[in-house]
Amino acid sequence: MREFKILGVLVFFTALLYIGVEPFAHSQMHAHVEAPEYDFKDADGVDKALVGNAQNGAALVQANCIACHSITKAGFAPMMDDATSAASYGVVPPDLSTAGTMYDPHFLAAFIKNPAKATKTEHKFEDGAVHPMPSYDWMKPQEIADMVAYLKSIAPKTMTNKEVFNDACNRCHSMKYDGMKIITDGPNGVRKEGVKARSDVSKYMGKTPPDLSQYIRSRSESYLHEFINDPQKHLAGTAMPRVGLTEKAENQVIKYMEEIGEVKKPEREALAPKFLAYLLIFTIFAFLWKAKIWREVH
Amino acid sequence: MAKINESLFSAEGLDKRLNLTQFNKVMMTEYWIPKDINFLWAMGVVLASTFMILIVSGIFLMMYYKPDTALAFDSVNYTIMQEVGFGWLFRHMHGVAASVVFLIIYIHMFTGLYYGSYKKGREMIWISGMLLFVTFSAAGFSGYMLPWGQMSYWAAAVITNLFSGGSLHADFLVEWIRGGYSVGDATLTRFFMLHVFLMPIIILGIIVLHFYTLRIPHVNNQESDDIDFDAEAEKYLAGNKKESKVIPFWPVFLSKDFAILGAFLIFYFYLVFFNYEFAMDPVNFDPADPMVTPAHIYPEWYFLWSYEVLRGFFFDIAGMSAMDIGLIAFAFAQVIFMIVPFIDRDPDILPAFKRPRFNIWFWVLMFDLVVLSVYGKLPPTGMNAWIGFFATLTFLGLFAIFPFITKADAKARGAL
Amino acid sequence: MSNDTNRRDFLGMSFAAVAAVGGAASLIGMKQAWDPLPSVLAAGSTVVDLKNAEPGKPSMATWRGKPIFILKKTADMPKDGRDLVIGSDHFTLVIGLCTHLGCIPAWKKTKWKCACHGGEFDSSGRNIFGPPPRPFDIPPFKVDGTVVTLGAETGPEYAKMMKA
Repeated sequence: MREFKILGVLVFFTALLYIGVEPFAHSQMHAHVEAPEYDFKDADGVDKALVGNAQNGAALVQANCIACHSITKAGFAPMMDDATSAASYGVVPPDLSTAGTMYDPHFLAAFIKNPAKATKTEHKFEDGAVHPMPSYDWMKPQEIADMVAYLKSIAPKTMTNKEVFNDACNRCHSMKYDGMKIITDGPNGVRKEGVKARSDVSKYMGKTPPDLSQYIRSRSESYLHEFINDPQKHLAGTAMPRVGLTEKAENQVIKYMEEIGEVKKPEREALAPKFLAYLLIFTIFAFLWKAKIWREVH
Repeated sequence: MAKINESLFSAEGLDKRLNLTQFNKVMMTEYWIPKDINFLWAMGVVLASTFMILIVSGIFLMMYYKPDTALAFDSVNYTIMQEVGFGWLFRHMHGVAASVVFLIIYIHMFTGLYYGSYKKGREMIWISGMLLFVTFSAAGFSGYMLPWGQMSYWAAAVITNLFSGGSLHADFLVEWIRGGYSVGDATLTRFFMLHVFLMPIIILGIIVLHFYTLRIPHVNNQESDDIDFDAEAEKYLAGNKKESKVIPFWPVFLSKDFAILGAFLIFYFYLVFFNYEFAMDPVNFDPADPMVTPAHIYPEWYFLWSYEVLRGFFFDIAGMSAMDIGLIAFAFAQVIFMIVPFIDRDPDILPAFKRPRFNIWFWVLMFDLVVLSVYGKLPPTGMNAWIGFFATLTFLGLFAIFPFITKADAKARGAL
Repeated sequence: MSNDTNRRDFLGMSFAAVAAVGGAASLIGMKQAWDPLPSVLAAGSTVVDLKNAEPGKPSMATWRGKPIFILKKTADMPKDGRDLVIGSDHFTLVIGLCTHLGCIPAWKKTKWKCACHGGEFDSSGRNIFGPPPRPFDIPPFKVDGTVVTLGAETGPEYAKMMKA
């Protein structure tokens, strides 16, 4: 029938246009990068065969780390508030209670050995600038393995998505839409800002790290995985450190971003089939009515 | 005579006061449409419906949108998308409809071109239709600025900058349009006014004009036959519905429109729920930052062919700067479709399949527009720049030869 | 009869003329409502003090919404006629918008590189590679000692730099 032929022509040109302008053009605009890799093969850690002793590790951590890092899980409260911390070090040293769950142990070992190298931020520390955390490459590998084992032993087995974001990302990145309220009525109507970054790292980073509230929409999920796993891949020379999240923890961060950034996604997915089913019924009725009317004129 | 005794609240009373019976005949039951049509004839009603969707969804968005550079982004992406009941649905509907309406406009426009529905009595329908294309473009451009994302800001910056006229350096004009030296709050609020009030009202007026200019010349048909509407109408009204070459607007023509509309709505809402990134570009989910240029700036898909004509000339020719040639080519591209009825030298109204040279010309134009669109999106480097250049030349060349090929078709047919 | 017609015509035409004058005046008024606000025009000036500029490290100021690159040249950076010379110091003072399509290039140790289409500008702001058709534009300015005022007024240094 001629009308099907016409429809075919329409679909052909529309599809040609769509494919050229969307998937094809976007593939040309975004460089292909290596897939994320969660073994952190290129991290200079310690021999994976070494078995860490948590008890030894506890003593080592208390001797070397507590001066800057809090470990609330083990009863070591923060020495300063966030603002003073940030002012002193440039960035808030993270609490280590959950590090053992969120971060890959091989990466952790590499990080303790040489923080700038493991996080791929050596390019930031030139001309006399140094990483706020000193390197521990003078330690014996076994000692580092012990410290990592200790951190793993105190860390909770499960964390909520938000907890992972708070501990791994929130020191630098704000999440405005989490807990944001619009201006309320009344004399003291106030806009609540949602989750702010725990320290102002614009000087430390050279640029204010972006708020992540809509990043789940502005970047695809695959981009986010590639980026978090190794920021240098997509933004060579960036100040953002590779943080060494395990694949599970990284999934949790992205899930959290989706929870905050695409609040209505479940509602949208639930409504869609009902809406489209209704439209199908509507169209069937419309065609039936059209057929009845046109039977008289054909 | 003004005294009507029948009560207002009766059928006869109403009819005597407003002449509704006559109005219904003229606009609906005795508005004759040719019977030999295909589903492409339904695009007008599909467009009217999509415009209605834009207005209604726009009304709900206006309740919470804040036209202020500090508040706009969050008013859309937080308040409307996350808090307002079905706000996310209205936002998606509005964005996707704004994009899909151009697909339907292009189909509608090229249908008119293909069947010769711009000629010999229907020029004003065509011109009012092209004016609608221009006003819808202005509405789309101003609307895209409103969410105040990165693409909103930078597209506005690049396009308002065009008004400096290249070598003319008319910076005062750019500043006047923007309400300041750079795109800012003054620009946002005036484009809000344009998008939400001035353009819709102008569009509504031109739609009324478009319908009015159609009424007397009547709708065209698949063979572009010249139908004696009065004779055919008489046949129909006498009961000879099957032999008559015409059908009434209501209920026959509209019944087919509704069916096509239903199919369209399934397609449209599928996009609204599941595939909307072509209309709501991810880059626009980064808040506008005047100090950071996104790696790739591009307009919405329906402007891409135009955009590529603008940047198709990327080297100076005969002392004229590439930018100036591009601007002239761009201006030409906007206007040329409007004057097609006047450069067509074939005196007969015929569909393309009865005009061999015009038929080839038409399909070459379709492919060229697709190529221009795709290359308008791609970064203009290396081979892409050259393909874009030749596609632009093809576009300009097609219109240069249009008077000649239309005359040739007429001569071959013995009409000239 | 013709006298009456003439008078009616003349009166009609005069009335039309009066109405047209009113219409034109309204349009002029509307044009002025669309003009940039006085406060926006007044903010058209930016003041920068070059006293503490670090050699070799460009800083960025904002003027009329546009980025301004300010670079105090190091000894090994070539001198150029477009330089702003203050005492023995040579400065590059340019609008930091790529002259190709207006993106903001980034400083990469010895030159500015534009991420959009690969254009490059040397430490004097001259276009050295890629699609940019001309060097960075020089903003209108005047200088007093080490204080630069960017805005409508221009000084002799500006005139000299524009000729280079």
